[in-house]
Amino acid sequence: MDLFTILWLRQMRRYVRSGSRLLGSLGQPILLLLALGYGIGAIYRRAGEGNYLEFLVPGIITQTVLLSAIFWGIIILQDKRFGFLAELLVAPVKRIQVLFGSACGGATISIIQGCMVFTISIIFGFRPHNWVLVPVAFAVLIFMSVALTCFGAGIASMVDDFQGFQGINNLLVMPLFFLSSALYPLNNIPTFLKIISECNPVTYMVDALRYLLSGPSQTHFGIAKDLIIMAITFLVTLSFAVNRFNHIQM
Amino acid sequence: MTSEKAIISAKHVVKTFDAVKAVRDITFEVKKGEIFAFLGPNGAGKSTTIKMLTTMLKPTSGQLRLAGHDVTKERDSARKAFGIVFQDPSLDEELTAYENMELHASLYGVPKAKRAKRIENLMELVELWNRRNSLIKTFSGGMRRRLEIARGLLHEPKVLFLDEPTLGLDTQTRNLMWDYVQKLSHEKGMTIFFTTHYLDEAEDVAERIAIIDKGSIIAIGTTTELCRLTKTTTLEEAYLQLTGRALRDESEAGNNNALNAKMALRNRRLR
Repeated sequence: MDLFTILWLRQMRRYVRSGSRLLGSLGQPILLLLALGYGIGAIYRRAGEGNYLEFLVPGIITQTVLLSAIFWGIIILQDKRFGFLAELLVAPVKRIQVLFGSACGGATISIIQGCMVFTISIIFGFRPHNWVLVPVAFAVLIFMSVALTCFGAGIASMVDDFQGFQGINNLLVMPLFFLSSALYPLNNIPTFLKIISECNPVTYMVDALRYLLSGPSQTHFGIAKDLIIMAITFLVTLSFAVNRFNHIQM
Repeated sequence: MTSEKAIISAKHVVKTFDAVKAVRDITFEVKKGEIFAFLGPNGAGKSTTIKMLTTMLKPTSGQLRLAGHDVTKERDSARKAFGIVFQDPSLDEELTAYENMELHASLYGVPKAKRAKRIENLMELVELWNRRNSLIKTFSGGMRRRLEIARGLLHEPKVLFLDEPTLGLDTQTRNLMWDYVQKLSHEKGMTIFFTTHYLDEAEDVAERIAIIDKGSIIAIGTTTELCRLTKTTTLEEAYLQLTGRALRDESEAGNNNALNAKMALRNRRLR
C-alpha cells in the first residue's frame, strides 16, 4: 500500500472502530431535525414560509460536516499530545503528504456523516426538489468537507491542549453554524445579523446545498456566487492547513 | 576532520532557545557499530541533542553529520539512516500492532516485497507476533516499548536512537530489551545511541559514554576511563563527581561560567 492509502486507511479504521463516536455524531443532527424540523416547523408554516424541513435539511447536513471536520482535528491534537505525530513527522516524507493523506481520511468521514444525515432526513419526510441534482449536491458536499477538514487541521495544529480546542469550538465553530443561514432565512433579519451571515463562508455552503436539494426558490445568493465563495474558502483553508501543519514544533 | 569510522559527528553544535543556551558548543563522534550512552542530569541538553541529531530541531550553529549526511541539509537521507525510539510512547493506540508496523514501513518506503516478511521477523524477535492483531491500547508498557524497538528497526537503519528507552519498565523487560539491542549491534553492526538515567545500564551496555551537563559535554570515554579520570571505582561515583550532587532545578545560572571552565579543562585532559 502506498503512503496516501495507508494514511487514509488509518483514519477509516479509527472511525469504524470508534462506535461511540459514530453514534454520538449522529445524535445532534437527529435532535436538531426533531426539535427544529417539527417543533419550529409548525410556526414557520403558520408564518407563511412553507415547509421548514425543506429549508432546514441542507443546514443540518452542513452542520454535520462542519462538526465532523472540526472534531476530526482532535485526531491531529491527539497525535500531537500522545506522541504519534513524532513518528509521522520524523519520517522521510514531506509533511504535506502526511497532511494530505490524513485530511482526505477526515474528509471522507465527513462525507459519510453528511450522507447519513441526508438519509435520516429522507426518513423524517424530506424530499429533494429534483433527484437529478442530488449527485451534484454530493459533489458539493465533498468539496465542502475537504475545505472544512483543512480548517479543522489548521486549528488543531495551532492549539496544544484539549481545553484550547474546546475553547475554539465554542468561540468559532458554534458562531459559524448559528450565524449562517443554516437555521433561518436571511430575508427578514436585522441588518447587523445579515452582514455577519453574509461574511460567513458557511452561509454559502448551506445556500449551495439548498439550491441543489431544496430547489432554486430556497436559495438566497444563487449557485454561481455560492460556488465562487466556496472555491475561495477552500483555497484559504487549504493554505491555512498547510501553513499551520508545517509549523508544528516537536 | 571527521574520522572515516565515525557514523555520527557533531562539531561545535550550539542550540539557543530565545535567551537560553540549551546546548553550548558540543563536539563529539560516535564510531560505526558502537553502543554509545549519553548521560546527564535533567535539563542538561540530552533531549535537545537527540532532537537535533534526529532532525526534529535545527541547531543554531555548528555541524551535525549522520551516516555521511548533513543532518540539516540532507534531512530525508539522514532520516532514512536512523531509527528512533522516542522517550514518550509514539504508537497509534487505535491501530493493531501489525497496522502500526505497516504504516511505518510505508512511511520509510520499505519495498513492498520485503514488508510482510520483515515485519514478521521483527515481531517474532520481540515476541509479539502472536499479538499482531491486537489493538495497541490493550498492550502493557513493556509490550509497547518492544514494538517500538521493532518498528524502529523496520527500515534497517544504520543508527538506532533510544531516548530513555527503559523508563518505567520492569527489570525483566529491561534486561530483555538490552539483550535484543546488544544482539542487533553485534550481529548487524548497528550503531546504538541511547540516553538513560540508570547508570548501571550505561555501565553494562555502553562501550563509550558521554556526560553532558548544562549544555556542555564534560567527559567522554569508557567506564574505566571515566573512573580513572575521577579516581572513583564505579560509573555512578564518577558521574556524581563530574556533575555534582546538587539538584538541577536549584542550581543558579551564575555558576555556569565557573563550571564551564572546569568542563573545558576536563575535556582537554580526556582528549
